[in-house]
Amino acid sequence: MPIEIKMPALSPTMEEGTLAKWLVKEGDVVKAGDIMAEIETDKATMEFEAVDEGTIGKIMVAEGSDGVKVGTVIALLNGDDEEAGDSTPAPAPAATPAKEEAKPAPAPAQAPKPAEPKAAPRAAGDRIKASPLARRLAADKGIDLSGVTGSGPNGRIVKADLDKAPAKAAAPTAAAASAPAATPAPTPTPAQVPDIPHDATKLTNMRKTIARRLTESKQQVPHIYLTVDVQLDKLLKLRGELNAGLESRGVKLSVNDLLIKALAVSLIQVPKCNVMFTPDQLISFQRADISVAVSTPDGLITPVITEADSASLSSISTRMKDLAARARDKKLKPEEFAGGTASISNMGMFGIKQFEAVINPPQGMILAVGAGEKRPWVMGDGTLGVASIMSATGSFDHRAIDGADGAQLMQAFRDLVENPLAMLA
Amino acid sequence: MADTYDLIVLGSGPGGYVAAIRGAQLGLKVAIVERERLGGICLNWGCIPTKALLRTSEIYHYMTHAADYGLKAENIGFDLGKIVERSRKVSGQLNAGVKGLMKKNKITVVEGFGTITAKGKMSVKQGNGTVELEAKHILVATGARARDLPFAKADGKRIWTYRHAMVPEVMPTKLLVIGSGAIGVEFASFYNDMGADVTIVEMLPRILPVEDEEVSAFMEKRLTKDGIKIVTGAGVEKIDTGADGVKATIKGKDGASTTEDYSHVIVAIGIVPNTEEIGLEKLGVATDRGHIKVDGFGRTNVEGIYAIGDVTGAPWLAHKASHEGIVCVEKLAGGNPHAFETWNIPGCTYSRPQVASVGLTEAKAKEAGRDIKVGKFPFIGNGKAIALGEADGFIKTVFDAKTGELLGAHMVGAEVTELIQGYVVARQLETTEHELMETVFAHPTLSEMMHESVLGAYGRAIHF
Repeated sequence: MPIEIKMPALSPTMEEGTLAKWLVKEGDVVKAGDIMAEIETDKATMEFEAVDEGTIGKIMVAEGSDGVKVGTVIALLNGDDEEAGDSTPAPAPAATPAKEEAKPAPAPAQAPKPAEPKAAPRAAGDRIKASPLARRLAADKGIDLSGVTGSGPNGRIVKADLDKAPAKAAAPTAAAASAPAATPAPTPTPAQVPDIPHDATKLTNMRKTIARRLTESKQQVPHIYLTVDVQLDKLLKLRGELNAGLESRGVKLSVNDLLIKALAVSLIQVPKCNVMFTPDQLISFQRADISVAVSTPDGLITPVITEADSASLSSISTRMKDLAARARDKKLKPEEFAGGTASISNMGMFGIKQFEAVINPPQGMILAVGAGEKRPWVMGDGTLGVASIMSATGSFDHRAIDGADGAQLMQAFRDLVENPLAMLA
Repeated sequence: MADTYDLIVLGSGPGGYVAAIRGAQLGLKVAIVERERLGGICLNWGCIPTKALLRTSEIYHYMTHAADYGLKAENIGFDLGKIVERSRKVSGQLNAGVKGLMKKNKITVVEGFGTITAKGKMSVKQGNGTVELEAKHILVATGARARDLPFAKADGKRIWTYRHAMVPEVMPTKLLVIGSGAIGVEFASFYNDMGADVTIVEMLPRILPVEDEEVSAFMEKRLTKDGIKIVTGAGVEKIDTGADGVKATIKGKDGASTTEDYSHVIVAIGIVPNTEEIGLEKLGVATDRGHIKVDGFGRTNVEGIYAIGDVTGAPWLAHKASHEGIVCVEKLAGGNPHAFETWNIPGCTYSRPQVASVGLTEAKAKEAGRDIKVGKFPFIGNGKAIALGEADGFIKTVFDAKTGELLGAHMVGAEVTELIQGYVVARQLETTEHELMETVFAHPTLSEMMHESVLGAYGRAIHF
């Protein structure tokens, strides 16, 4: 009986994807772990591995097809029993995943019981123990139960655990997915395209997601903007000195690496800004994971530097280089661009003096960094001089963060950049 | 020389003796101090002997209605002395059972009146002397007693508390029951079934005021049909005791007072915690309106002094005391139990018909701002109920519309005190409507109504 291979859900928010490329063809023999196809999700291109052994019987969805709904049968795999004949004994049952009993739900009954291809790389045997009510509540609130500590018998997650401490659990992505994901991207009635010679490019999934998320942010999150001018000279000097010492290790810190660190440390110093707003709770994070905006040919993506507040500068720098490179190749794993407690976006390299960024929900703030440039500057002693100055603007979710708290964060950020040794301490 | 223990439990009711056994299981050296009979009010003067009486009145009711079942019963009567004797025998058997449990668990039973003299020290007054005890932990489980009317103290002759009411020497001819909580309604039901002319007076607008409003309304209608006179929103102003009865003046809803003769009065207007003369004031143990203040582990404000059960406040239920006792002892023995919570304690009234409930009433759920779904299934839709000849009653369930949480369940009818546990387990396991709907209920049973009520909340009841 052929095994149905279905379109996998490769990220928590994925509802459909593009079957970018088949790496196998009909008649190929695959074993578990072989890469069968590349699938483009809303954020990245992912490799799709086989979980069963067998021969590709039929490819049902041609490569290049987009909008393939999760769960759609994309190929049929003939199991060993069909193609191996009687010479080989039946394979160890462990190799084939347990066939899921089809629930007598509304789903139209299909003759062969489908074997679910395991999509997410979850370790086997990691069943989450949670009460039915806790599961229901978590689903409603968009809380990922894998991050919740259960207080019930044998660590069972119960209702009270969700009431008490969703803070750690509520991975920002999950929360974001809950409410807005249900509403499809705002697709206004097809605009009247004026009769001017033009090219029409089909929107990629990534572009659609960007459109949806940014629209939601601007519509639902009241932004306030706070700008400071920051003197960079000491930071540039420190960077030079550090890089001289780090050269032998092949590490070269960028200004942006230092700014990531400064933002993370200031978020810890002003915890009221390291927050997330949910309908009935304010979540305060205990570490700062910084999403860093990286521009790619297809659009913006925000890989996350986790624990940036406590990470060393060299670690931030090394990780950032790797993430940015893979972001441009669309090889980021979903967990690498999900989460983050705040964002930073730097347009200094384009000579932008100052700008206001759109908050990346459900985060509470984003820092927009302009170019560092020589400007006339009133020095500490009151004389007029020339200094390297950079304008930085924080956008804050005003539902969660008061103006004065945002101002404190900007002040802390400026102090750290102007006295950069403090953030190394 | 004082005898030294790890734990002294003062009071051997269902809170105290259970706590003592749990302590012994955990390896503590335990003494239990009791001024009267092991088992406390519950099994000597409360839960158990009244259930024995109510069993008698139930069977008597069936005998007088034998014809309904195609049976002939003639010259039906009863011997009040024998009825009381049976009830006392049941108590005696259980009292001996607790004695056996103490022995089995090597718990020292100290008879007498215990007073805490200092932290970790207790003096027990016995017939002719005192015994001194010492322990690191002292657990107060002294319970409560019936509250008296300020103007008419119970005398055991014409004015009774529950204690007198369960050992009657004569059958009241005309009985006034003051208070319509579980105790009042149970005695009203017993005496009514045994042929007395019974009136219930309740100050609040409805009887069984802690129950769901629909349950109260149902009970009022049903008990009235069975011959009990029910006066709500009314207070007793005066009771004059005479040689052959009392004259009670009742001020009704309309403000008008009427005076009527009764042969006996049962006062069931609540309880008073037993906190006097046991040394609490001297140690500075904090109380709130007479009840000892404790945290979720039975700890008072004084280190080494704990309290559980009725003496700590509502709900005044044996099973609440037992559970509190276990949590308290596990904690003081170094364990890590969950703090005691009251959200899932069932309440039962063993009248005919019975009443049982757990969780929020419909009104309370609405008050709490919950968006709810309510299911109600009548006994008349259940085959087993009709076969039993008990087609009167209903099962009501209240769900949170958004999450499917079972917020409360309210039942009235035959045997519901045995059914409620199904919902209590469901709530403890945090099932939603989904799991309850998917569960297979045996046919034919009264329990099927529990299923139907859940289905009904979602518009899917099959037999109604």
